[in-house]
Amino acid sequence: MDMKRDYYEDIQLFKSNVVLFWSAVLLLALFTIPLYAPNYYIYLLNIIMVHVILAVGLNILVGSTGQISLGHAGFFAIGAYGTAFLMSMFQVPFVFAIFIAAFIAAFFGFILGLPALRLEGPYLAIVSLGFGLTIMHIIGGMDVFGGRMGIKVPPLDLGIKQLGISWVLKTDIQKYYLILIMTILLVVGARNILKTRVGRSFVAIRDSDIAAEVIGVNLTIYKTLAFAVSAFYAGIAGGLFGFVLGFFDPFTFNMILSVIFLVMVVVGGLGTIQGGILGAILITYLQYDFLKNIAEVPYLGALMVAISKQWFTTVGLENFSSMAIGLIMIGIIIFEPLGMFGVWIRMKKYWMTWPF
Amino acid sequence: MPVGQLLVEGLAIGACYGLFATAVVIIYKTSEVVNFAQGEMAMFSSFVAFHILSVYQLPFWAAFVITMIFSILLGILIEYFFLRPAKHPSILGLIVITLGAEMFLMGLAGWKWGAEQKFFSLPLDPSLTYEPVKGMIINNWAIAVFAVTTCIMLLLYVFFKYTRLGVAMRATQQNKHAAKIMGIRTERVLSFAWGSSSLIGAIAGMFFASRATLDPAFMMEPFLRAFAAAVLGGLMSIPGVIIGGGLMGLIENFFGYYWPQWKPIIAFIVIILVLCLRPSGLFTKHFVKKV
Repeated sequence: MDMKRDYYEDIQLFKSNVVLFWSAVLLLALFTIPLYAPNYYIYLLNIIMVHVILAVGLNILVGSTGQISLGHAGFFAIGAYGTAFLMSMFQVPFVFAIFIAAFIAAFFGFILGLPALRLEGPYLAIVSLGFGLTIMHIIGGMDVFGGRMGIKVPPLDLGIKQLGISWVLKTDIQKYYLILIMTILLVVGARNILKTRVGRSFVAIRDSDIAAEVIGVNLTIYKTLAFAVSAFYAGIAGGLFGFVLGFFDPFTFNMILSVIFLVMVVVGGLGTIQGGILGAILITYLQYDFLKNIAEVPYLGALMVAISKQWFTTVGLENFSSMAIGLIMIGIIIFEPLGMFGVWIRMKKYWMTWPF
Repeated sequence: MPVGQLLVEGLAIGACYGLFATAVVIIYKTSEVVNFAQGEMAMFSSFVAFHILSVYQLPFWAAFVITMIFSILLGILIEYFFLRPAKHPSILGLIVITLGAEMFLMGLAGWKWGAEQKFFSLPLDPSLTYEPVKGMIINNWAIAVFAVTTCIMLLLYVFFKYTRLGVAMRATQQNKHAAKIMGIRTERVLSFAWGSSSLIGAIAGMFFASRATLDPAFMMEPFLRAFAAAVLGGLMSIPGVIIGGGLMGLIENFFGYYWPQWKPIIAFIVIILVLCLRPSGLFTKHFVKKV
């Protein structure tokens, strides 16, 4: 049903006027949310959007290029620490600091991409996992970065201090608009990367790296590039995440965080922009709101507390979130390997071909 | 520098890594799944042993037997409910399933026993030490580790070489479809592999728990080091893995003596170096992929 008749149909941003209309409605809704949503939800939305940036970037690597990474918390940490460190130590303006930090993350992504040229599957997973943990330990072991105690981020000043311009974003709503604009730009950017020669090379590598090499895709360049692009997205997301939290320590970026990032991509749907966005929204909402406050959910909360009292411990109820996410991971692979995006495609097909 | 002391301690902890890595390798050999939940399966079994000892006050041997039975059941159940229903999963799918099992077990243990650290001790007197050569103090824990590892290695050797089930496991690993045609119930072989791997993992897990403290995340780092040992020896051979475990323990101990601050990251450096220089490990032949 989605037949492309020429190349320009493939690369245009909005496939039809219907898509254009609904995109405009969505944008309008996103820009007016702070007018009526309570402040707590703005904070949640900030975290969700940071994770959307990261999931879209990780999806370029995992979904489109077919490389497995369990080390994205490391790039995330480089982004967060790099931005905060450059701003507080060297007084670099925010706009430059976050991009320098993201390029440092991209450089580390390039380095992690080098072993990836020889490894695949589980081996690559374990190397990237080790990489993420190494970054965490190195940052935790260096006193410049605050060591194990963590660091406090400087005020989010969009102006340039050296020129005397200062524009400090204080509230969550002001940060919301900054993060929203960054998210939209980066998501559109990711979508455009996938429609170019580079994106098609990524997909060719995923489908068969040997065949891709035979038809002239330079594996060395494109595999490391996929890692670098993905790490760049993670770096930007990390820089913004630091300002959302206000304070973080190295153990924020542990192995479980990397696993959660991978889950977002897998649950959302591999290899599509929408999949990354859907997965990030769903998993972040579950983790930061629904499962975290499960004791306060009507009916279900009382049941969970009763179960905890009878057979488990009530203090341990917060660990239920990890259990539920584990079950979601297993369930999605068993029942719906295409993820949420697969469900969406099936629904769309059903309605388009109805009543057949 | 106390070379002898570092040598003995490194070999003891290395034997422990090797034992745990054996559990990883048994599953990888039979089904080509890297089981990321291995550490948490061992953690859960150790918690069960702790629970039996502290709540029901049973003697150690009874707790040990019950825990062993439990760990076998745990391995079989995880294989049956989480891995078997997945139809033709990709490598990423398998990794996500085992990671999901890991998070599930970690959450369940945290919910049941809370996140605070517990103390778990084997019935070994820690003050009892021997000094066979001057400068080499060997304690009870190390002797127990050496004895248990040697026993399990001998058992596994006999098992894979001479029993029908062991031969069936090797056949399943080499070619699953051919093994099926020959009348081997490959699914039952998989169940058995998961059960025995979980059992060996649980024994190693108890050794780790008695050396440190018991909490839902305590097996994460030992798992990665054991995995480094497995990679060092090549993921396919059990003797190679034991040698890899010994090497890993020695590297870690000597490195940790000079740079204690960077001890946690040595395992990853070893993994990355070995995988970049000799991707199939030090002791196995390189496996060439057909297009």
